[in-house]
Amino acid sequence: MTYNVDEKGYYGSFGGAYIPEMLYPNVEELRQQYLKIIEEDSFQEEFNELLSDYVGRPTPLYFAKRLSEKYGAKIFLKREDLNHTGAHKVNNTIGQILLAKRLGKQKIIAETGAGQHGVATATVCALMGMECIVYMGALDMERQQPNVERMRILGTKVVPAHSGNKTLKDATNEAMRHWINHPVDTHYIIGSVVGPHPYPDMVARFQSVISEEMKAQLLEKTGGEDPDYIIACVGGGSNAAGAFYHYLDKKDVKLIAVEAAGKGVDTDESAATTALGNPGVLHGSKTLLMQTEDGQVIEPYSISAGLDYPGIGPVHAHLFESGRAHFYSATDSEAMEAGLLLSKLEGIIPAIESAHALAGLEFIEFKSDDVVVLNLSGRGDKDLGTYIKWGGY
Amino acid sequence: MNTIIEKSNRLDKVFEEKKDHVLSVYFSAGFPGLNDTAVILEYLQEAGADIIEIGIPFSDPIADGPTIQQSNQQSLDNGMSLKLLFSQLQGIRSKIDTPIILMGYVNPVLQYGIEDFCKDCQKVGVDGLILPDLPMQEYMEEYKTLFDQYGLYNIFLITPQTSEQRIKEIDANTNGFIYMVSSASTTGAKSGIATEQIEYFERVKTMQLKNPTMIGFGISNHETFAKACDYASGAIIGSAFIKLLSESTDLKTDINKFIKSIRNND
Repeated sequence: MTYNVDEKGYYGSFGGAYIPEMLYPNVEELRQQYLKIIEEDSFQEEFNELLSDYVGRPTPLYFAKRLSEKYGAKIFLKREDLNHTGAHKVNNTIGQILLAKRLGKQKIIAETGAGQHGVATATVCALMGMECIVYMGALDMERQQPNVERMRILGTKVVPAHSGNKTLKDATNEAMRHWINHPVDTHYIIGSVVGPHPYPDMVARFQSVISEEMKAQLLEKTGGEDPDYIIACVGGGSNAAGAFYHYLDKKDVKLIAVEAAGKGVDTDESAATTALGNPGVLHGSKTLLMQTEDGQVIEPYSISAGLDYPGIGPVHAHLFESGRAHFYSATDSEAMEAGLLLSKLEGIIPAIESAHALAGLEFIEFKSDDVVVLNLSGRGDKDLGTYIKWGGY
Repeated sequence: MNTIIEKSNRLDKVFEEKKDHVLSVYFSAGFPGLNDTAVILEYLQEAGADIIEIGIPFSDPIADGPTIQQSNQQSLDNGMSLKLLFSQLQGIRSKIDTPIILMGYVNPVLQYGIEDFCKDCQKVGVDGLILPDLPMQEYMEEYKTLFDQYGLYNIFLITPQTSEQRIKEIDANTNGFIYMVSSASTTGAKSGIATEQIEYFERVKTMQLKNPTMIGFGISNHETFAKACDYASGAIIGSAFIKLLSESTDLKTDINKFIKSIRNND
């Protein structure tokens, strides 16, 4: 079985490009060009130079001694939180803006939920001198005001999405509508491994630098490339896709995905897509989706705005269905406790998204010599307000 | 077998009887009131619409502008569902014979079950489908056989950016008509017809497609309807009709006046 995308744009029965004809020429152009462009030497050179000198890669693989003692395993943190702009998101936006330039596009649009992808997009647009519009749910703009201002300082126009529940799903709808209305000069930088083919594969490739570095770093620190476990949180799933990428075919490496259970999978307020969803089509791909019997998309809930999405990347739907990855879900309180624990034990305040991955450590029985890599996808600066409101520290 | 099915489809009859100025009108099921669907169908036939497109509401209509987004949402808030739509359409064929097309996003259809959906379409007398986010490849591989079996025409969209080769491919694999989106836009985004659109209309006209063409998006009044009809078999009105429905206090009179004003004795 293969876990990568096939020539028709599918991962098993998930994926594809379910888009209206108005988007077809853009998506088709991307499909025909993306591999060719990414594989060009000049692209790789520019991409790697920016990742190193601008983003600050490679990010460290840090042996978390006190956390390891607590869980009885050898736990390493892949420090994506140390990237410029504070999360893994920038790996993808650097890649996509270089691609957009080579496609001759002059303008960039993006969607954002918590604002991390929006900030990462605004950042690379400032860097490249390109015009940028970011769509953000009107409700999220209120909840994430500092990130709205960050984007504005960087010269980006932030447009509120007033449709639906005014969150990430609606911002994505608005960005797609904008693209329909501006098909020629605009590139849409999608922030996760979602959307029509080739987006899920393209984003995964840009994020795959995470597992590429892990291999070399593990070899140096443990004498082998392969850990026993890789743990990552999944909303749409871009950090998990990057952390799993080079290990998909290595059966001995257990892949652990942690979704947001919100207030619990048995409540109406959750975002645990694999637990609550079934196959459907949203934002251009067939995937697992939280929806009603009538096929209307359900608004998810999580304390973490970055995991607050009703779907999941098609690659993850396939990893779930095939059993290649194991999926857990962590509630708001399990994640917040795990975030506070890491702060106290290691002096690292994680993003609440990443805190869900940390909560996953509680669900697994490790052997003492197990090597565990936990992808610490982002830092908690943006979440201080939520930590303060939560208390308990 | 195929010929018999094709002959019995009401869409073919419309285009056989009428070579030009075919008027198709779109509205959202369950809008403005939950139980208005069937009466609006009757009023539209009385007023002289040639084809009626009923929108299946969806929570995330990415190809639609604000007007149809709002009618979608209101219809969902009213309690509309695909299941309810089929029950509202029970017996409609004893009242009207205007061709009916269901238009909507593919997800509600998937949840209903494709074969059950096709069966129920045939049972109530639906003639065609427009599912804008159903790709050609998936249609050919997984849907076409079923749609053919139940006598349903699947209508594809083309835009000014659609290549000639792709238009030919779409023409070869579909029946009914080809839906020409007038400009790169969501529904209701632009009004009027500009010079570059005329160039596109002419380009498609000279391709001599086997299917009739209908122009939609940006058609809102007599002037734009008449202009579109110079280049195609007819045109489609959506957002402008939804606006009328949302403001109407007397559906029967207002629908009649609206359709008459579009036609203006053409």
